Amino acid sequence: MNMELSRRQFLKTAGAGVAGTTLGALGFGPIEEALASTIKPFRLVNTTEVRNTCTYCSVACGILIFSKGNLAKGEKADITHIEGDTDHPTNRGTLCPKGAALLDIVKSEQRLKQPMIRRAGSDKFEKISWGEALDKIAKAMKADRDANFIAKNQDGVTVNRWLTTGFLAASATTNETAFATYKVVRSTGILTFDNQARV
Amino acid sequence: MTNSWTDIKNTDLVVIMGGNAAEAHPCGFKWVTEAKATRGAKLVVVDPRFTRSAAVADYYAPIRQGTDIAFLLGVINYLIQNDKIQWDYVKAFTNVGYIVKEGFGYQDGLFTGYDEMKRDYNRSTWDYEIGPDGYAVVDATLQHPRCVFNLLKQHVSVYTPEMVERITGTPKDKFLKVASMMAECSSPTKTMTSMYALGWTQHSKGSQNIRCMAMIQLLLGNIGVRGGGMNALRGHSNIQGLTDIGLMSNLIPGYLTIPTEKEPDFNAYMSTRGFKPLRPNQMSYWQNYKKFFVSFQKAMWGASATADNNWAYDYLPKLDVPSYDILRAFELMKQGKMNIYFCQGFNPLQAFPNKAKLAEALGKLKLLVIMDPLETETARFWENHGVYNQADPSKIQTEVIQLPTTCFAEDNGSLVNSGRWLQWHWAAGTPPGEAKTDIYIMAQLHLRLKEMYKKDGGAFPDPIVNLTWNYKDPHEPSPDELAKELNGYVVSDVLDPNDPTKKVLEAGKQVPTFGVLRDDGSTAAGCWIYSGCYTEAGNMMARRDNSDPDDTGAYLKWSFAWPANRRIIYNRASCNIDGKPWDDTRKLIWWDGAKWTGYDVPDIAPTAKPQDVGPFIMNPEGVSRLFTRGMMRDGPFPVHYEPFESPVANLIAPKVRGNPVARVFKDDFAQFADVASKEFPYAATSYRLTEHFHYWTKNNHVNSVLQPEFFVEISEQLAKEKSIQNAGWVRVWSKRGSVFAKAYVTKRIRPLMVDGKPVHIVGIPIHWGFVGAAKKGFPANVLTPFVGDANIETPEFKAFLVNIEPSTGPVA
Repeated sequence: MNMELSRRQFLKTAGAGVAGTTLGALGFGPIEEALASTIKPFRLVNTTEVRNTCTYCSVACGILIFSKGNLAKGEKADITHIEGDTDHPTNRGTLCPKGAALLDIVKSEQRLKQPMIRRAGSDKFEKISWGEALDKIAKAMKADRDANFIAKNQDGVTVNRWLTTGFLAASATTNETAFATYKVVRSTGILTFDNQARV
Repeated sequence: MTNSWTDIKNTDLVVIMGGNAAEAHPCGFKWVTEAKATRGAKLVVVDPRFTRSAAVADYYAPIRQGTDIAFLLGVINYLIQNDKIQWDYVKAFTNVGYIVKEGFGYQDGLFTGYDEMKRDYNRSTWDYEIGPDGYAVVDATLQHPRCVFNLLKQHVSVYTPEMVERITGTPKDKFLKVASMMAECSSPTKTMTSMYALGWTQHSKGSQNIRCMAMIQLLLGNIGVRGGGMNALRGHSNIQGLTDIGLMSNLIPGYLTIPTEKEPDFNAYMSTRGFKPLRPNQMSYWQNYKKFFVSFQKAMWGASATADNNWAYDYLPKLDVPSYDILRAFELMKQGKMNIYFCQGFNPLQAFPNKAKLAEALGKLKLLVIMDPLETETARFWENHGVYNQADPSKIQTEVIQLPTTCFAEDNGSLVNSGRWLQWHWAAGTPPGEAKTDIYIMAQLHLRLKEMYKKDGGAFPDPIVNLTWNYKDPHEPSPDELAKELNGYVVSDVLDPNDPTKKVLEAGKQVPTFGVLRDDGSTAAGCWIYSGCYTEAGNMMARRDNSDPDDTGAYLKWSFAWPANRRIIYNRASCNIDGKPWDDTRKLIWWDGAKWTGYDVPDIAPTAKPQDVGPFIMNPEGVSRLFTRGMMRDGPFPVHYEPFESPVANLIAPKVRGNPVARVFKDDFAQFADVASKEFPYAATSYRLTEHFHYWTKNNHVNSVLQPEFFVEISEQLAKEKSIQNAGWVRVWSKRGSVFAKAYVTKRIRPLMVDGKPVHIVGIPIHWGFVGAAKKGFPANVLTPFVGDANIETPEFKAFLVNIEPSTGPVA
C-alpha cells in the first residue's frame, strides 16, 4: 500500500550498495568511496515522503510532501518541499501555478498560530488561551441556545430549532472533519448551517 | 461529475461553457488535450471572454453573460428541427413519450400556477397523467399533443438562430456552427462532454443552465457513456464532500433532507418519501430511503434512537422556510436576529455579494468565531483599512474569537474530487504554533456543551447529551474512527431468516455496502452513499493501485468512488435496450446474457434484465427527465430569464424581471440597477485567474508576485469611448459599492451586438482584499448583487451592471 516506503528502502539499500559493494568489487574501493561521500544524498533518503492531495480545486492532484522529521513516528516534521505525484492517474505529476506554490501556503506568514480575541469596541486582537477561548464560546452558545431555542412553533408542532446561532462550514476540510462538524452542529438544533458549495 | 477527469480522454467533443478549465482546472484540462491529441476530439468554448480555454479551442463563440439558456434552448430547437437526436436512446431512456397533465401550460415566460405576490408557483399541473394502473401514461408513438416531446418542441420553437443572436449577442453563424458540432454527437458512436463550473451556477437561474445542457446530453444519448456526461468541475478541494455529508441547512448526509414543520411526525415525513415506481419493474432506489435515514439516526444517536421514539425524529430541527442559506443568514444578521456566527475556513466578507451589507450584518453579532489556518478579512471586518475597509472599531461591539487551525498538509483524511473519488491523504508536517485540527475544536465545543447540559440542564439537552461520541480519545476523535462511522457498521446481529444459526450481519463489523443497510435499527451509517469506503477489508480510500485494464480511464483500484466505487454513474445507459454497448470501441458495461459486467461497477442490479429495468434507477420512472415535473421551483423546462441587473429587457417575456421565483429581500431589490440602466450601462462578470485561488493565495509570496494587483479587463472599444488608458486607474461602481482598479485593455473582451445595440463587458477578477502578501485591493463582491438562484441560492456573481470611469486611483 505505502509505495513511497518501499521506494525509500530501495534507494537506501541501493545507495549503500553502490559505495560498498558493486564498485568496490571492481577494485576502485577507496577512490569511489571518497567520490560517493562528496555526492549529496538523495532527497528521498534525507526526508520523509508523504502522499497528499492539493488543497485548491477539485481536480485533486496527487502531491508528494517532503519533510525533515517523520510525523508518523511522532517526530516534529518540517515540510521542505512539495511536488506532483507522478503515479497519480489524474495529474501524472503535473501541478498548476497554484499547486506548484503549495509550500508557500503551508509556510505563509499569514498562518494563524495562537487563539486571539478582539473585544467589543477594541481596535486590536489580543492573545487568549485555548482553554479560555473554548470556554467562552461554549458558554456563549449555551446561553444563546437556552434563551432562543424554539421547542414548538405557533401551532404546537415540535420543531426543536435554534435560529440565533449559525455555522458556516468549510470547503477544503476532510470528510472526517465534516462529519465531526455535522454531528456537533446538528445535535444543537442549528438550522443556519451552510458550506461553500455556492461560491 | 457523472464521469471522471481521466474519462475525458474518451470524448469526441468537449464543450466548455460556464467554465474555464484551462485556467481554473489546468491539470484536469490535460485530459481535453489528451482527447484532442489521441482521438482527434474537438474543443468548443462559448464564453463572454476569449479565455485561455478559448485560445486552444477548435471553435470559439462569444456570448453575453446570463443568456446561456437562450443559447442552449436554441440548440435543442436546432436538434429537433434537423432531427439530430439519438432516438433509440431517447425513446428508451427518457420521458420523451410521457403524457403531461391537462391544464399544464406556458405563456409569456411563465408556466401555469404563478403567484406574483408569493414569487412562487403552484406546481400541481407540472406532472404526468397517471393511468388507472397507477403508472404514468406513455405514448411511445409521440403523437399525443401533450407528450413531453411535443411540449418541448413547442417550448423551444421561439429560440430560432435569429432569436438566439438577438438575445445572446452570439452571431448567428457562430451559433449554428456550435449547434452543428454538437448535433454530430447524436450518433451512437460519437460522444460529447460538457465541462462547466461556476460560470453556470452563479446566476439567478443557475440550476436551469445546467439542466438545459443535461437535456441536450440526453437528446444526444451522452449520459452514462464513456467520454460523455455532465461534468461539474467544482471549485474547492472538498466542496463535493462537504455537500455529500450534508453541511447545508436542509440536508442530512447522502442527500436525505431535514424535515419541515409541515411534517410533524415520522410518518408524515416518510409519507412524501415513499418513491413508489411510476412505471412497471423500476428500481426507484429511493424506496430505500427509510433504511438510509434510520441508519443515519443510529449513527448520530445510537441507543437513544429507537423504534419507540421514531428513531429520535424529534432530535432533528424542523425547517419553517426552504433553507437558512448564507444569504438568508446575513439578511437575518443585518436585521439583528442572529447573535453568534461561526466561520470555519470561510471568508464570507470576501466570498459573498454586497460587501457593505455583509460588514453591517457582522457588526450586529454578539460573537463571531473564526476557525481558519489563515488571516481573513472576515476576522478583521471591524478594522479600518481606509477605502479598502471603512470601519470605526469603537462603534462595533461584536466580539471576535479567532482560532488557528491546521491545513491540508497537517492532517489525515479524505477529500472528494469532482469525479466523486474519495482520496485519503496523510499528514506531513507539524502544525505551526498552537494550531489545532477542526476536529479537536468541534470535540471541545461538544464536550463542554454536554457537560454544562448534564450539570445545569437547559433547553432540550437530549440530542446533545445523547450524541454518539464513543471515540478512543473523546477530546480528539481520529479521522479513521470518523471515516468508519461514515461508512457504517452493524449495530446488532442480523440472523438469516431461513437459518437462524447463521448471521447475515455481525454486530461491530463495518458494512460492506449500503445494500445491507436496514430500517430496523440494526445498522448505523453516517453517510450511506459512502458505504464501502472503509470496510472490514480496510480503508478503501487509501488504495493507490493505478492499474487500468484496457486503458478505459476507470482506475477502479485507485481510492474509492461513491456510490459503490462506480466511476461513471447511469452507466447502464452506455448500452442499448438489449444491453449491447452503443459503441464497441468504448465499451463500459454490458449484459452477458445473465448479468451485467464490464469495466465499471454496474449502476443497476447485476441481474436486472435490460429490457425491463431503466438505467435511471434513482427516478421512480426508471428513465431520465426532459420534463422535470415539479422538481424545480422555476419550471419543468428551462426558460430564458435575464439577470436581475440586465442591459436589456427580456425579449421573449418583456414583463418578467430576472427569474420570476428567485427570492429577493426587500432592501436588496432597492439596490438593483434598473433594466437597461443609463446609470449603470455595462455588463459585468467576475472570475478567477489561473495564478490565484479565491482569497487564499494572496497570502502566498509566489502567487502574489505572479499576480500582485487588482485589475479589471475591458475592451479596446470601451477604453476608447471612456478615454481609459491601459494600466491606468479606473473607478468601477455598481448600485452597491465602488472599487478602484488598474485597467487592463484587451482584445480578449469585445462588445457584443445585442438586438441591435452594443453591450460592453467589464471583467472583474476576484482575488484581492485588505490582508495578505499581495497589494491591498478590492474584492469583486463590493459590486455584486445580493440575490441567489431560485432553487439553491447560489449568488448571481456572473452577471450584473456597473459603470466605469478613468480615475487617479485610491486615496488610502
